[in-house]
Amino acid sequence: MSELAHEAPSPTAAEETPIPGARPAGAHDVTLEVAHLSVNYVGGAEPLHAVDDVSLTLRRGEMLGLAGESGSGKSTLAYAITRLLRPPGEVTGGEVRYYPRSGAPVDVLSMSAGELRRFRWSELSIVFQSAMNALNPVMAVRAQIDDVLRTHMPGLSRNDRAERVASLLGMVGIPADRSKAYPHELSGGMRQRVTIALALALEPEIIVMDEPTTALDVVIQRQILAEIGRLRDQLGFAVIFITHDLSLLIEMADTIAIMYAGRLAELAPAGELYRTPRHPYSRGLLDSFPALHGPQRHSEGIPGAPPDLRAVPPGCAFHPRCGWAFEVCHQLVPPLNSSPLDTDSRDHKVACHLYGDGAPNPATLANQPSDSDNAGHTDG
Amino acid sequence: MAAAGTLTAEAAQPAGPPARRRAGWVPALRAPKIAIGLGIVILFIAVAVFGPTIYRVNPSSTSTDLLQGPSAAHWLGTTQSGQDVLAQLIVGARISMFVGFVGGAIATVLSLFVGVLGGYLGGVADEILSVFTNIFLVIPALPLVIILAGYLPGKGALSVAIVISVTGWAWGARVQRAQTLSIRKRDYIEAARIAGEGTMRIIFSEILPNEIAIVASSFLFTVIFAILTEAGLAFLGLANLSSWSWGTMLYWAQSDSALQVGAWWWFVPPGMCIALVGAGLSMINFGIDEFVNPRLRSAGISTSRRPARPSRGQSGRRR
Amino acid sequence: MRYVTRRLGFYLLTAVVAITINFLVPHLMPGNPAQILIANFRGRVSPAAVKSISALFGISHAPLWSQYLTYWRQLLHGNLGISFSFYPATVASVIERSLPWTIWLVGTATVISFVVGTLMGIGVAWRRGSWLDATVPVTTFFSAVPYFWFGLVVVYVFGVVLHWFPLFGGYSSGTTIGWSWSFMASAFYYSILPATTIVVSSIAGWLLGMRNMMITTIGDDYIVLAEAEGLTERRIMLAYAARNAILPSIADFALSLGFVVSGAILTEIVFSYPGIGYVLYQAVDNEDYPLMQGVFLVITLAVLAANLVADLCYGALDPRTRQGG
Repeated sequence: MSELAHEAPSPTAAEETPIPGARPAGAHDVTLEVAHLSVNYVGGAEPLHAVDDVSLTLRRGEMLGLAGESGSGKSTLAYAITRLLRPPGEVTGGEVRYYPRSGAPVDVLSMSAGELRRFRWSELSIVFQSAMNALNPVMAVRAQIDDVLRTHMPGLSRNDRAERVASLLGMVGIPADRSKAYPHELSGGMRQRVTIALALALEPEIIVMDEPTTALDVVIQRQILAEIGRLRDQLGFAVIFITHDLSLLIEMADTIAIMYAGRLAELAPAGELYRTPRHPYSRGLLDSFPALHGPQRHSEGIPGAPPDLRAVPPGCAFHPRCGWAFEVCHQLVPPLNSSPLDTDSRDHKVACHLYGDGAPNPATLANQPSDSDNAGHTDG
Repeated sequence: MAAAGTLTAEAAQPAGPPARRRAGWVPALRAPKIAIGLGIVILFIAVAVFGPTIYRVNPSSTSTDLLQGPSAAHWLGTTQSGQDVLAQLIVGARISMFVGFVGGAIATVLSLFVGVLGGYLGGVADEILSVFTNIFLVIPALPLVIILAGYLPGKGALSVAIVISVTGWAWGARVQRAQTLSIRKRDYIEAARIAGEGTMRIIFSEILPNEIAIVASSFLFTVIFAILTEAGLAFLGLANLSSWSWGTMLYWAQSDSALQVGAWWWFVPPGMCIALVGAGLSMINFGIDEFVNPRLRSAGISTSRRPARPSRGQSGRRR
Repeated sequence: MRYVTRRLGFYLLTAVVAITINFLVPHLMPGNPAQILIANFRGRVSPAAVKSISALFGISHAPLWSQYLTYWRQLLHGNLGISFSFYPATVASVIERSLPWTIWLVGTATVISFVVGTLMGIGVAWRRGSWLDATVPVTTFFSAVPYFWFGLVVVYVFGVVLHWFPLFGGYSSGTTIGWSWSFMASAFYYSILPATTIVVSSIAGWLLGMRNMMITTIGDDYIVLAEAEGLTERRIMLAYAARNAILPSIADFALSLGFVVSGAILTEIVFSYPGIGYVLYQAVDNEDYPLMQGVFLVITLAVLAANLVADLCYGALDPRTRQGG
């Protein structure tokens, strides 16, 4: 089992601990840092570990995709980061640090109510999944944007505000004469654009998008995504994009994080994840949609189903469905560590015992190309 | 009562067939509100049924102890003609509760008929039935009851119950129509219709079982309405004044100026009983409402709205 | 606009139905007590009056539909018949002099009850889990209390025992009716107890309705978004949550008004307050059928009118009604 030893440099102390301590203010390009965040849902006999020891970093202007099946904890994570978690959910551990462009880093989870109110929307905004319910049904859409401006920029005159509202709606492609419409008078796609315009109102550093296009048909989906891409190029905000549709992320995201049963399975730059997924779950996900080009092949799903969070399997939560599981997988939760393989970048992290010490045949597994290389499907 | 409005909002219902839902019933009965409410109501029913046989005093027999306060001989005092107030209260429970529950039952049957049928059939039939319902909803109940009762030849308990039910069915009908409309859209109803099941059969075996909570709730509301209306009618003198009910007690109290002479033991107990039964029924209703709409439950966990501060409990587990 | 016409049409239809019921009830009920009373009055009543009463009560031998038309004709001329117990006053005049009292009493009590109840409902729902939750069972109890019984208790406590307020009447017998200060003050003083009775008994309905709707609304997504936007708590509570939650309360105002009116009738009886409810009581007591029916009609039409106003307010407040009615 020591073959691994000369394949990769032994993990240094710095790499063992996934996220180091607070960085010096301002100098870095990191904008948000999540460190060992855990969220429980209380109320039943046992607390549910909806998010378990998740750590990730978001850089300025980066799009981080957060993928996973329903119940993987991705939405819960987003709500916890933005402090919108409602009981019975509660954060049981970890930190969320925000690095403004200038000034000291801010601990998001322990901000006072007043600080939180100022922080919200001006630094971090959200686009919700179903705009149908996300907009106040009795207020015209321009009034809702105006509300936000009035609260956060009290110095602005009425005319300035109206101008800004008009320009925001224009940015997302909503004609001026529709601005006084009520939400129920707009189509689904337009409503979603309104929520995006809302999210941009104060030009935040970070926008969290929770399945923003899932409820829309594919054509509109394309348009909205293109819009988001364009606005990102124009305004330079970072995005945490939550979805169950991995293919979207591969196209658009810079980095992708894959969650399973509340834990991070893999975290990698998008292209790398696509070409060389390391975690068996990621491979399974990528294998389950067909490639447009290349020879015909079997498309396989992943056998079994995601675990009920009330009864998460011991050790690695994925092991019952994993073709490569061995003894330690049943016993120890795998830590999220940098991938030991030379071909992977430093930012590529995976939580799998196959890449730790004591893995049975890591070399053979690591050298297998995944299907996205169109090199055929070979068994381990 | 504006509280009624919440029940017309769609209740949270599972998409599947009814069987799964019934299992969830039993824990609901243990909820404190329902338990207390049920206890109160059952107590009064017991008093109505068994009371007169236990407390064998004739409520109509006069005596020479006129207008006496509570004493050992007469626990709740006596009336202007020396009649025992407690006896009147116990015997009176019978008619008050009878009119209440029977009136409520008849009204509920009427409301089910109009509401469920209208909701299920849809189209023109539904339009007509719902306009009909709305008309009876909007016309104020008590004046209508007074007019109808005023012309009634005999003012027996059953006649009063029928008159009350004729005016009180509309609210339940509206609620049940709304509920039927929402259930009707569900897939298993469509499946049953396509399979060719008859209308009546679908209504009885698929729709009604899912509506039991709502129906129970509107039944209870209607019972409260019936008891209060009976009391109101009797107070006005429109009931059978020679039989005892809580309402007729109040009529006699008013006409014999119990108030002015300060005979509180005469008029306080009957109203108190009405209020308690009403409160008991309301609590059961409350409990049903919370059961049906989970958002209304005040769970043991704080539902405070302030942004959640993290609790620094155990930080992660390692096995 | 479609919404307005639909509502108007509905209320007109209901008014016709109510008037028809009013016409039919004496005809349909077995036995006709009116006949006996007419016989008693025959010597003292003008032939025209007899004719109109006959039309009202179906004593004539004309076919039903012709009696119905006569009835309508009379109504449209404002002729509600002649009162038996207040003879020779017409029903219309009796109602006319008692209606303002009821409007004052019910009007102010309902407005106070609605406003206070709704505000309390908002507060209780917003600060859920605090001591305010205790108001819920308390007000529920009060709402189950029969209005008139509660009135009796109130009169007893505050009138008989404490002598703070008068026991009955609409104004002190010393003053004359008119727009003088002393009369208005006296009238106001006399209305405090009955109004309080109505307010306390009906406030629970508003409170609970608003509270439940607020709690349901607070769980909605747009509230979460408003919170995420960093809006002030007050703004979210009022402009986002309450503004939406109040809609069913206004829609249900119609139903509530029916109950309030019923309760007000009984309250007036307890307090011998000279409003239309007390008149109804006297009419029932004296078997004055024309008056009974006249009061029923007036009350019903007033309630319908109030409902129409409430529906129009709802239409103004909920933009979703403007599309497609």
